[in-house]
Amino acid sequence: MTDQELIWRIAGGSGDGIDSNSRYFAKALMRSGLDVFTHRHYPSRIRGGHTYVEVRAAPDGAASRGDGYNFLLALGDSFARNPSEEAYYGNEELKPLSENLDDLREGGIIVYDSGLIDDEQVAEINLEERAEENGWHVYPVDLRGIAKEHGREIMRNNAGIGVTAALLDMDTSEYEGIMDEMWNDDILEANLAVIQDGFERAQEFDQTHDLEMPDHGEPEEAQALVSGSDAIAYGALDAGCRFIAGYPMTPWTDVFTIMSQNLPKFGGISEQVEDEIAAASLALGASHAGVKSMSGSSGGGFALMSEPLGLAEMSETPVVLVEAMRAGPSTGMPTKPEQADLEHVLYTSQGDSSRVVFAPGDQQECYEQIRTAFELAYDYQIPAILVYDQKLQGELRNVDASFFDREADGDPGSVVSEEEIAEAAEHHAGKFKRFQYDADDGKEGVSPRSVPGQKGGRFLATGNEHNEAGHISEDPTNRVLQMDRRLGKLESIREELDAKGNQTHHGPDEAEYGIMCWGSHQGTVFEAVDRLNDAGRSVKAIGVSDLMPYPEAEVSEFLESVEECLVVEMNATAQFRGLTQKELGRFGPKLSSLLKYNGNPFEPAEIVEGFESSIDGEELAVNNMKYVPAAGD
Amino acid sequence: MSAFSAIGDPEEAEEDEFTPGIEPQPTWCPGCGDFAVNNALKKAMANLGKNPDEVLLCTGIGCSGKLNSYFESYGFHTIHGRSLPVARAAKLANPGVEVVAAGGDGDGYGIGGNHFMHTARENHDMTYIVFNNEIFGLTKGQTSPTSPKGHKSKTQPSGSAKDPVRPLSLSLASGASYVARTAAVNPNQAAEIIAEAVEHDGFAHIDFLTQCPTWNKDARQYVPYTDVQDSDDYDFDVTNRQEAGEMMYEVESKLYEGEVLTGRFYKDDRPSYGQEKRSTGEMPEEPLAERYYDEDAEWERCAEQLIDKHT
Repeated sequence: MTDQELIWRIAGGSGDGIDSNSRYFAKALMRSGLDVFTHRHYPSRIRGGHTYVEVRAAPDGAASRGDGYNFLLALGDSFARNPSEEAYYGNEELKPLSENLDDLREGGIIVYDSGLIDDEQVAEINLEERAEENGWHVYPVDLRGIAKEHGREIMRNNAGIGVTAALLDMDTSEYEGIMDEMWNDDILEANLAVIQDGFERAQEFDQTHDLEMPDHGEPEEAQALVSGSDAIAYGALDAGCRFIAGYPMTPWTDVFTIMSQNLPKFGGISEQVEDEIAAASLALGASHAGVKSMSGSSGGGFALMSEPLGLAEMSETPVVLVEAMRAGPSTGMPTKPEQADLEHVLYTSQGDSSRVVFAPGDQQECYEQIRTAFELAYDYQIPAILVYDQKLQGELRNVDASFFDREADGDPGSVVSEEEIAEAAEHHAGKFKRFQYDADDGKEGVSPRSVPGQKGGRFLATGNEHNEAGHISEDPTNRVLQMDRRLGKLESIREELDAKGNQTHHGPDEAEYGIMCWGSHQGTVFEAVDRLNDAGRSVKAIGVSDLMPYPEAEVSEFLESVEECLVVEMNATAQFRGLTQKELGRFGPKLSSLLKYNGNPFEPAEIVEGFESSIDGEELAVNNMKYVPAAGD
Repeated sequence: MSAFSAIGDPEEAEEDEFTPGIEPQPTWCPGCGDFAVNNALKKAMANLGKNPDEVLLCTGIGCSGKLNSYFESYGFHTIHGRSLPVARAAKLANPGVEVVAAGGDGDGYGIGGNHFMHTARENHDMTYIVFNNEIFGLTKGQTSPTSPKGHKSKTQPSGSAKDPVRPLSLSLASGASYVARTAAVNPNQAAEIIAEAVEHDGFAHIDFLTQCPTWNKDARQYVPYTDVQDSDDYDFDVTNRQEAGEMMYEVESKLYEGEVLTGRFYKDDRPSYGQEKRSTGEMPEEPLAERYYDEDAEWERCAEQLIDKHT
């Protein structure tokens, strides 16, 4: 990442069109050849309040949010006023301006809607004084007035786009092209006129800033702007998933919604059901009947799924579950990211677990790993869980469109044909030996699977311990054979995963220090690693995606090669560090933790700072992170 | 050979086809009403000419859940209260399979009550048999949702302060399109009703009165019974929701006063959920499960959708 970057923050009340507007803006920048990355911040509230989205754009890679930002477009909160134009949430209409100033970089630009935020309010927050101190360039524009002239106040955000374009000397044609794809006739014309008016208004200003649109050429190949949820949903569809059942819960709802909108087009079925126990149970029912299926939820809803999850393990019904983490415990902070459900996902449900768990680190990994999750679940008849969080769920990033150009996988996995059933060596009591101890299809522990309607394949799937034909059994010998067979699958899966290499490495091989992370802030950590190396440190990082089975060999090798390793994660109890120590049984003295759990994701500079503090053994200067030294220190 | 050749194959249509060969001895107590359910279900399936390989029986937990061990078919012995969500998804995934769910009064009206309400509301094409013996059997005799008010048990030693669930009324109000009650003491009616329920295209709920000789001491608690369809005293239109509802209310009140009325109480020919879903384009016309075995199936990939929307 060069110094040349734009981080544009659009702020307003929920419902002011912040999300859609920023998406179009990001797409326009992407089409003009820049790399883009967005970061969303929103309250658990439908209308009003303070919400913002950052669009980071740079010519050569934007894989995380940045440190602070350099352009604020503060729309004001239109929902703070009732129809008679009186403020009714106190001074909330000011919040999109007042709440964002702390993160604005020196020399940054502020555009605010003087049609909603009046001079008196601005005086209250000493904007002039603060702008002078920080070298900010402030441009009040009556965005609301411009939009009203063209008939619809909600188009204020597009007036803001026009102003942005004029101030940054940006060509608006890409953005207008997107408007053209979205709207028709009068609405399109009005929007274009609003953009143009905003543009012209800003051109009249005495422009004092020196921030410009970063240099860029045309994109070398078509880019797709996708979120983690988009990538998971499309990956699942390409994996042959044709059934989903769910119950809405933030942030899981995103994947559920995208799947529901697409499945009918792909000949699949989506079911919104009464609760999460039902949702996971439906996924098992559809899978039992022979369809690749998935369900998912977030923390509290996933808690309800622990029962069917255990049933999937015991009955060896393949299923893929998605767990989209948010800050907990309990309802926690519904719209804020956290990585604190790791242990919940790994160990929930009674008994000894045998499941596969992935934690993708970016959009491409979301797509890749959900496909692997389906492949393994259906080949090995085991539940596979993909855990990600509210951060990766909503962040948009450009990816080469060709990356997603893959064949769909209609292979139902380890299901046998009726011919194979007919040839099966031994049937027990008229039933197919569905849970045969010593079946050999090249995958350890995997027994032949039939589905209802197949002639001669009938068997009983049950959550009770059972014998080879599926009959309930408490026979001690059978118990041990069945347990060992089920748990043994993880060994074969580990081998397959080792060959695949889901872990992502960054930085020089021979580096002195290590940083470990899992999940959504992999990009942020990698950016911090680059900065540390540029500043003379010797650091490399590993983003671990396989959580169960744990990639023992690869992580051990990484940890052996470094002096010390900082484990970066968004929770208060260092859960991933705990997992690593438990799985590897050594390295405890090498591992220290940098933790953040205030509801906001790490910024790269924070990781740099945390790393420096950990090396120097100094107290952290920032109060929103926690450093936990290595065991034995 | 097709992937699901058992479906619609009338070759094996003997009653004993639904009896497993070498089985563990049933763990039901001597005199248990659950035997009657098993027998009636086997008889109904044989009479309909079903093949055990085209039938999927989903059960919950408890004595009723063990039905899966003594009834020969594809089976999914799920977890407490969860037979319905598993069953209805299996039916959506492969509508050719004959899906039956079964559970007890605790399983179906207690822990699985939410699923019962919604499965009935959605009118899934399946049969749901609830073994109603007014007691928790396998956990050894606690008060159940259908136990009468005042029922004393180890967990409610002063007598239950709760009115019992009214399963027929609950089912009707929730949206079931076929509601009947039968009793273990009436095997012929039970087999007929189950066969009707299986043939019914929609959610068919049967409240099956069984006796628990161990924990509900009066093993003959549902004798004598009256078949409302055989009696001139009970004149109501089974296709009229209001009349059926009034009749159910009467029947459910009388049960606890000692008068046992059984028979068909409601039947509605509205389209099943699967039909509705197909008509709105939310569900494919052909059984989804078959696609995985169809070599000519076209597996659409996402790239086009994705490129169209996100580039």
